[in-house]
Amino acid sequence: MELNYLTAHELRKKLGSREVSSTDITQSVFDRIKRKDKDINSYIRTEEESALESAGKADCHIAEGGSIEDFTGIPVGIKDNICTRGITTTCASRILESYVPIYDATVIKRLKKNNFILPGKLNMDEFAMGSSNENSHFGPVKNPWDKSRVPGGSSGGPAASVAAGEAICSLGSDTGGSIRQPAALCGVIGFKPTYGMVSRYGLIAFASSLDQIGPFSRDMEDCAALLNVVCGHDPCDSTSIDAGIPDYKSFLTDDIKGLKIGVPRELMVEGIDPEVKSSVEAALKMAEDMGASVEEISIPNLEYALNVYYIIAPSEASSNLSRFDGVRYGFRDRSAKTLRKMYRLTRAQGFGEEVKRRIMIGTYCLSAGYYDAYYEKALKVRTLIIDDFNKAFSKYDVLISPTSPTTAFKLGERTEDPLTMYLSDICTIPANLAGLPAVSIPSGLSSEGLPIGLQIIGNTLREDNVIKTAYSLEKAIGFETRPKI
Amino acid sequence: MKRIRSSDVRHVAKLAELDFSDEEVEKITPQLNRILDHVARISTVDTEGIASTSHVMDINNVSREDEIREPVPQEEALKNAPEEAEDGFSVPKID
Amino acid sequence: MAENKYESVIGLETHLELSTRTKMFCGCMLSFGEEKNKYTCEVCLGHPGSLPVLNKKAVEYAAKIALALNCKINDRTVFHRKNYFYPDMPKNYQISQYDLPLGIGGHLDIDMGRYTRRVGITRVHMEEDTGKLIHLGTTGRISESESSIVDFNRAGTPLIEIVTEPDIRTPEEARVYVEALRNLLLYLDVSNCSMEEGSLRCDANVSLRLAGESTLGTKTEIKNLNSFKFLQKGLEYEIKRQKKLLDSGRSVIQQTRHYDNNSGTTKALRSKEEAHDYRYFPEPDLVPILMDAAVVENIGKSIPELPAAKSKRYQKDLGLTPYDAGFMAGGRGIASYFDKCLECHDDAKAVVNWIMGDLSALANKNRVPVDGSKVTPENLCKMLKMIDSGRISSKIAKTVFEEMFNTGSDPESIIKTKGLEQISDSGELESIVEQVIAGNPGPAGQYREGKKKAIGFLIGQVMAKTRGKANPRLVNEIMTKKLG
Repeated sequence: MELNYLTAHELRKKLGSREVSSTDITQSVFDRIKRKDKDINSYIRTEEESALESAGKADCHIAEGGSIEDFTGIPVGIKDNICTRGITTTCASRILESYVPIYDATVIKRLKKNNFILPGKLNMDEFAMGSSNENSHFGPVKNPWDKSRVPGGSSGGPAASVAAGEAICSLGSDTGGSIRQPAALCGVIGFKPTYGMVSRYGLIAFASSLDQIGPFSRDMEDCAALLNVVCGHDPCDSTSIDAGIPDYKSFLTDDIKGLKIGVPRELMVEGIDPEVKSSVEAALKMAEDMGASVEEISIPNLEYALNVYYIIAPSEASSNLSRFDGVRYGFRDRSAKTLRKMYRLTRAQGFGEEVKRRIMIGTYCLSAGYYDAYYEKALKVRTLIIDDFNKAFSKYDVLISPTSPTTAFKLGERTEDPLTMYLSDICTIPANLAGLPAVSIPSGLSSEGLPIGLQIIGNTLREDNVIKTAYSLEKAIGFETRPKI
Repeated sequence: MKRIRSSDVRHVAKLAELDFSDEEVEKITPQLNRILDHVARISTVDTEGIASTSHVMDINNVSREDEIREPVPQEEALKNAPEEAEDGFSVPKID
Repeated sequence: MAENKYESVIGLETHLELSTRTKMFCGCMLSFGEEKNKYTCEVCLGHPGSLPVLNKKAVEYAAKIALALNCKINDRTVFHRKNYFYPDMPKNYQISQYDLPLGIGGHLDIDMGRYTRRVGITRVHMEEDTGKLIHLGTTGRISESESSIVDFNRAGTPLIEIVTEPDIRTPEEARVYVEALRNLLLYLDVSNCSMEEGSLRCDANVSLRLAGESTLGTKTEIKNLNSFKFLQKGLEYEIKRQKKLLDSGRSVIQQTRHYDNNSGTTKALRSKEEAHDYRYFPEPDLVPILMDAAVVENIGKSIPELPAAKSKRYQKDLGLTPYDAGFMAGGRGIASYFDKCLECHDDAKAVVNWIMGDLSALANKNRVPVDGSKVTPENLCKMLKMIDSGRISSKIAKTVFEEMFNTGSDPESIIKTKGLEQISDSGELESIVEQVIAGNPGPAGQYREGKKKAIGFLIGQVMAKTRGKANPRLVNEIMTKKLG
């Protein structure tokens, strides 16, 4: 029995019945990592020794009659932009190559309360900027379904590790689709909660008004369970929603009779892979068969979502990344004898090309003379997009679209022209701009055997509708296939 | 919208404390122009009378009590310092 | 005449460190002069992933300041990021306020003696302080150091910025403004307002224009004015310098200049002419503050009677001179002490005399605040009542007062222990007077012959015999009678 491919809820039962131990599970995951990760490169660093030590502690805890929570003794991979105290956290960047956080992110604290196991820190696009995980200082991540292809990004490591059985679940982050798009390309589930539902304290910021941490899993039950652990108010994060959280597992019902599904025509984009389109349409037919209603709608201002995003995100990022200057932590250029030279050489050498490009775009958009035309204007168009969504959600319960217009593309295919890479996020970006909850679930495989993802977007704080729809479709679609690696 | 020239790129690089060689400026300028041209499409959208959204959730008045929290010990604070002197973070000559 | 050819136009920017317990955006304790980097955390060190959370008390103090300066409180106030790189900046942006500050459109009236100047307050806003830079090398000056070190203990300290309209017209007015502002802020108990420690900092903007013109001339910014004296001197120098330039047909360059108190001059800073592009944008990690009208009203109520109003009231209701009223209203502590005294003693003038006289003298000598000595208002009042009732003379009172100052004892026990009670018993005094007359026939005789001044010697003898306790007025009466 391959423990590393079971779900957390299945493993929890086995831990409860003492059929397996946390050490068994952790060992199984590490065996897999040792065999496969040199080909996939999901992990920037693994922590086998401390993981097995934690597993031993978890086993003692269980043996002594301690409570077995949903993730007790379960290895959950962590994207390397989430601070883990005492464990190097790099954001896949040279500039943080040696950075050891002095505190734990809030989500880590919450997982630790559950006695989870940290197998290691997962690879990503540098500073979460990318859609293919080719922008990592630690080398690209390969898609477990086809190693000549990308896993998606920026949470390539979290997605690939779950797909490849190198973690039971993982946590990633999503700013413009960085959880959902790699989930789609890797055939796993990736959930971005409503903005403010998960604390950003300890998430190394990319674009503060868009970033959210979220779970990767192989099924909706694990997804809901992980949401239960990480969601909820945090006084350390001023943008954290101050309200109680529901039990997300209570929304795991497969009754969507009467559910009103809208399909925004702007997200069935031009140039969409016909197999992706037909896979999503097949799923929509299943939804109709289950009693939901499906209607095509228009959300006109979505046409500008990509433009708005590529002004707001780089602008906020250019400011968030100013702190990386070689003074208090991280890489420093040693040759410079004066301060400004030190700043410039440190940052020039410490950041990769895509990061520098975005810092430049962002700095420009905020600079004197351009702020009104770019940043301020983008914030206004953002309001229009939010208003459009409000109108849509007054009529529909959820919106469904493909997560990505294509299946996984080849490594190197989109690295020439940054703009072609940016277009990978066209379906996912709108939900970030409006702070809406959204999930990607596998809807099938292409004729090339590559996973296709379907996106479900809900209204603000309506994770219930998103989870319900996802669970129902998950059951109907029955996607069981694993990559042959 | 305005095209940016290499002189603009150098100016922005200074603001962002980034260093680019002449070849890098040559390479990045057209890339930036392509991206800026693309995003500048929003200039055609009518936003008369529309408020800007800088915070997507309607949350206000978050604050904390003026209560002391344990500081991080000095060694922890300096632990990651690339260069340290006399218990301070050392930096080269300020120009 | 060259004297009135130009009008000086001065605006002041004051930064004030608040005396909250913790920093603006994290729970680190405020400190001064401690070991470096001992009061920091991931937030005020700008570690990746850290987030700011606003200090409620800092907002309250800021609102107090804004209200005391007659500002309108914006009902929605927002934080912005001010982006620039410098080693004392943990994030290389400062969380500050831009177009929606906490308070706007206020004023502070300053008393110049012959006239009052109303100084407009453009804005009062909240921000965070930077860390401290120490330049290594022999002189500690930045231009002569090969390296510097940063201490982040101060980084994140709550800072309030108070900006005036360019309403100030002379360096003396500038000094009086800062003194009045400091006094007001001390009254509000929101900061220890020390220019020496750097919790109160002032920068000035100054330009000249031809008298009668309404457009502004080119201004320079003057920094490093870290005392009232230097503020005035620095401005005097700069105005002279600008006058010289303009008189010779040259123009003033807009620049930042540093006041050097050794030479008494201002010098242009080495940095380039480029104005900073701060790229302000709304801080996404903090949410807007809605200043509820009821909350603002409560804060307003918590503002004590302010010095200007208090001084006026003392003059009007108690008949104090402007000088005395100014002294009594000068500090919240003194005013409170004075008010407590008035609760148990009617004679305001007597209280004033003792506070401004003996109490101040002893307090200064012993380096304690006037309202912080061992002399309680109750004891002072008791002593004043003893003088009024004749139990002690004013002269003896000085001894009693000094004893109260040194020990904190009440006057009753002091006069008992030291036997200082004034002798006012006629019988007792008569026999002493008779003794003195009998024992000093010479002066007695001189008096009888018409040398009236001789009585002074005889009275002195009585005082000596009674060790100063005899009631001098009674002695005089009895002596005069007995000498015939």
